[in-house]
Amino acid sequence: MTEAQPWPAVRASVVRTALSVGVATGAYALSFGALGTAAGLSVVQTCALSVLVFTGGSQFALVGVIGGGGSAMSGAASAVLLGSRNALYGARLAPLLRLRGVRRVLGAQLVLDESTAVGLAGEDQSERAGRLGFWATGLSIFVLWNLGTLVGALAGAVIGDPRELGLDAAVPAAFLALLAPRLRSRPAWLTAVAAAVVAVAVVPLVPAGVPVLVAALVPVAAAVGRRRAAA
Amino acid sequence: MTGTWAAILVTAAGCYLLKLAGLSVPQRLLDNPVVLRVSAMLPVALLAALAAVQTFADGTRLVVDARLAGVAAAVAALVLRAPFLVVVAVAALAAALVRVAV
Repeated sequence: MTEAQPWPAVRASVVRTALSVGVATGAYALSFGALGTAAGLSVVQTCALSVLVFTGGSQFALVGVIGGGGSAMSGAASAVLLGSRNALYGARLAPLLRLRGVRRVLGAQLVLDESTAVGLAGEDQSERAGRLGFWATGLSIFVLWNLGTLVGALAGAVIGDPRELGLDAAVPAAFLALLAPRLRSRPAWLTAVAAAVVAVAVVPLVPAGVPVLVAALVPVAAAVGRRRAAA
Repeated sequence: MTGTWAAILVTAAGCYLLKLAGLSVPQRLLDNPVVLRVSAMLPVALLAALAAVQTFADGTRLVVDARLAGVAAAVAALVLRAPFLVVVAVAALAAALVRVAV
C-alpha cells in the first residue's frame, strides 16, 4: 500500500505534482495578464492583482467587470464573493496544516483550489505528504502565476483593439472553463442555469457589474427554500 | 485610475481575509448545512452569471454579436476536454473570424 512507500519517493512524487500544477496555472496566468491589460488596466495593476489577490477566478471577475464597462467597486464585490470558497478550503485545511502565528499569516495567501486539492490528496498518504503538497503547490503556483501574469500583461499591452482579436469572447470562455469542472451534479447545473438566466434578465434594469451580484442570491434562495421545505 | 487601484486593494484585502478566516474559524461552522450548501454553490452561480453577462451584455443593453460564436466554440472545446488555454484561444479565434467575415 501507499503507506509502505519510503518518504523520499513520496516527497518526489508530491513535488512533481506541485510543479506540474504550477506550470499549468502559469499558462493560465498568461491569458489573465493579456486580458488584464486589454481590459484597460496597466501592467503594474495587472501584476498587483496576481501578487495581492492571488486567486484566479476573483482576478478574472474584477477584470471582466471593468472591461465590460461596470463600476470597479461592483467588480470588487463580485471578486470577493467568488473568493469566499477559499474560506471553505481554509477550514478544510486547518486541521491538517495546524498553522500558528507568522506561518498562518503567510500560508493563508496560498489557500487556493489547487493547493487544497493537492494537499488533501497527499493527506490520504500521510499528514506529512499532505502538508508538503499544500506548501509546494502553493509556492510553485505563486512563482509561476506571477511570472505568467507579467509576460501576458506585457503582451496584452501591445495589442491594439482587443475586440479585433476576439479577446472580449475569451473572457466568458475563461469563466466557462472555470465553471465546467464544477458541473458534476444536478443541483450544480440547476444553479448555473438559474444564475445565468437571472443575471442576463436584470442586465437592462441595474448598472453594469450588478447583475452578477443579483445572481449570487440564487444559491442563497435555493438553500433557504430547501431548508423551509425540509422543516 | 484611482478607482481601479481602490478596487484592486479592496479585492485583495477581502480575498486575503477570507482565506485567513477559513484557517481560523471553528470547525463546527462547517456543520451548518445552509452555510455548506451556499458556499458550495456560490462559485457555480457566480461563474455562470459572469459567463452569461460577458457574452450578452454591452453596458446595460443585451446584444447578440461575435462573442456568442466565440463562446459556442469554447463550449465545443470544453466538451472535447481541451485544456484551459485552448478553450480561451479557440473562443478568441472564432469571435475574431466572425468579425472579419461579417
